[in-house]
Amino acid sequence: MAETRDRRDKRTAAAGTPRGKKPAKTGGAGGLSRRGVLAGLGGAAALTAAPGFVRYSQAQSSAPIKIGFQVHRTGIGAAYGRWYDRTTQAAVKLINEAGGINGRPVEIVAEDDGTDPKRGSEVVEKFATQHGCDIAFGTLFSHVVIGSAPRAGELKIPYFVVSEGHHVASGMLNRYTLQPGITDVKSQVIAMAPWISQNLGKKVTMIFPDFAFGHNHRDFFTEAIAAQGGEVIERIAIPPTESNFFKYFPRIPRETEVLYHVMVGPGVLTFVKEMGEFYGSNRPEIFGFIDSLEAVAIDNPGLEFLDGTYFWEGMPRHAQADQTAYDKFYREAVGVNARGASVDDPKDISTYAHMFGCWETLYIVKKGMEACDYKGPESRAALIEAVEAMSDMPAGMAHPQGAKLFNGKTHQVFGHQHISAVRGSDLVTVHTTSIEDGLYPDEVDYTTQSL
Amino acid sequence: MSGVLALLGGPRSAALHLGLIAVLAVLQFVLAEYHHIAMSRILVLACFAIGFNIAFGYTGLLSLGHALFFGAGMYGAGLAAQFLAVAGPGAFLIGLAAAIATTLIAGAIALRTAGVSFMIVTLMFAQAGYLTVYYFGAYTRGDEGFVVDATMRTLFGLALNDATVRYWIALALFAVCLVGALAVARSGLGRVLVAIRENEERARMLGYDVYRYKLTALVISGAMAGAAGAAYGLLFGYVGASFASIQYSILPLLWVLMGGAGVVLGPFLGTLAMFYLIDLTSGVTTAYLLVVGLALIALILFFPKGILGTLREKLGARGASWLP
Repeated sequence: MAETRDRRDKRTAAAGTPRGKKPAKTGGAGGLSRRGVLAGLGGAAALTAAPGFVRYSQAQSSAPIKIGFQVHRTGIGAAYGRWYDRTTQAAVKLINEAGGINGRPVEIVAEDDGTDPKRGSEVVEKFATQHGCDIAFGTLFSHVVIGSAPRAGELKIPYFVVSEGHHVASGMLNRYTLQPGITDVKSQVIAMAPWISQNLGKKVTMIFPDFAFGHNHRDFFTEAIAAQGGEVIERIAIPPTESNFFKYFPRIPRETEVLYHVMVGPGVLTFVKEMGEFYGSNRPEIFGFIDSLEAVAIDNPGLEFLDGTYFWEGMPRHAQADQTAYDKFYREAVGVNARGASVDDPKDISTYAHMFGCWETLYIVKKGMEACDYKGPESRAALIEAVEAMSDMPAGMAHPQGAKLFNGKTHQVFGHQHISAVRGSDLVTVHTTSIEDGLYPDEVDYTTQSL
Repeated sequence: MSGVLALLGGPRSAALHLGLIAVLAVLQFVLAEYHHIAMSRILVLACFAIGFNIAFGYTGLLSLGHALFFGAGMYGAGLAAQFLAVAGPGAFLIGLAAAIATTLIAGAIALRTAGVSFMIVTLMFAQAGYLTVYYFGAYTRGDEGFVVDATMRTLFGLALNDATVRYWIALALFAVCLVGALAVARSGLGRVLVAIRENEERARMLGYDVYRYKLTALVISGAMAGAAGAAYGLLFGYVGASFASIQYSILPLLWVLMGGAGVVLGPFLGTLAMFYLIDLTSGVTTAYLLVVGLALIALILFFPKGILGTLREKLGARGASWLP
């Protein structure tokens, strides 16, 4: 493609010289004739007056910074996509009201990826080569991230994902892919294990979907609970096509102290309902990831069984008694009420535990672009280096979820995690982990890869 | 020379098909960067559709399991690159071999049925293949899939992540599949396949071993689908379970129906039209799938045999000489 681009550049360069006209003569080495200078000045004035030049001049000063937003508008990720979109729009509105980035407004160019890796990679290509976006941003589902990242790396467009997958920090991807706005599943699981073992029990049975997301939980938690002196005594993998869960419950050992579940998808309500019917009032402690119930009201009929159980939350959905000013501000800006629902429609429940990642990522992009004095696509490598140089991110309006620690080598951020208890129809935060609880040794150093 | 011309369907057909390949070769020098990349994808996926057309358009085998063959090629190549450190050409051939073997096994069983039963059996095979990807998640990474290492994505020293190299390889594969399909369509084999499609009992009565011919057609079809899958994984660097899902059994059917079943150029036109229909409408409305649905309904109403199939019919004998 480099050849094609060269050809295009040559065509553009050639367009500056009217066909058939001889170049103006100069007055010899180092000397210019008066006619030549006048002709040159006249030509420059004419060029400046031309519409194309005006656009170019503005591009250097006030043309918008284009952020390609790879959004799951359709497909399995649509509920997440809807709220990622709202959060992104809210953050961009605030950033623009505060003067944009380097004095330039931010423009979101959104494209639906259908929550599909093929379309996802096409969308990244479109951002880089058709829309002229400065960066690509906002992807959640792991398979879309993994499918798109190779193309982002090849096209050298910074790709800021908000996925919580371990794929970034695992070293699977490339230097152009970063996850600075949300913690990854490995960190989340590691941070949960001490509290679970100390407060709920040490003999754990895991129920998880039999695909990569579930396998991540299975592998990382098994290791983490063992480090706390606990043990996973049974692992029950549910096939992705399953809609009837009753037959799996008899496999849960009687000595189970904690049932750890991470089911996702449309079968979640059936899963919880059938689990309630199986156990009745005599159940072990139950711990789950709110991923199961993102965009679903906790007081939904059929979920009564969850009363007294516990959930991981990236950011507490229900406003807590000790709500921070940042959380209050962020909620109002995005349009979310104290119950985590849309202020316009209380039945429209947000994906509150994850969507803050879009907000925080955009503020990191702003900070990175300002740090490297970002000019345009030629500054993309400098932007990557500027973000890699970041480490401490204090809680604030830019980080309403809480303080973070970014690892420039692994391109992954670390932060606080929350454990909430279901009490009636409320989610009440009972524990917040430290950032250190979720740290683990580096598995990659992306800074060794060329830009 | 006349033998080659006959194989390509006569001078008009040869001019049209070879002309298209030539136009595509030149097109890359003028296409904008995004369309240049998109065309590489379209050419590879068109090979998948051309393969599907051999089974469906020419033989009348409506398979709902071609994702299995596409996936076999993709995973064959991707896993060989990932775990055996076999680079480009070797990985591609392993993918192709995996697809041919898979088609032979699945075809040998599925072809004992016909009609709706054949559709269901092929669908079940594809679903089994899809779930196999999940079952061996430790290697395939299940739904997440995996990135094919850049060092394995080479062909005779050329990096497959280079856009120009990618385009030439996609075009070469497309040219082989297109000319191959044309040769099949014009050959004795192709005529027998059409005879089977039109009246299987009559073909059997004439002494043709219908089962063997159908299996041959299916293996050619599966090989093209597998070649497309292997090339797609190696050229774009990602192998994932979504490419083995039911969606990838339906897509080639839609591409072929749109372009024209039983027309050699139909699959290419259908793949091209469907790609840009989604690409352009998704930039205008979030309800782009509704637009695609309406377009398909309009197609059935006004182009019941696909764009080129209907055109060929309207042009009569002249159409047949251009569009075999």
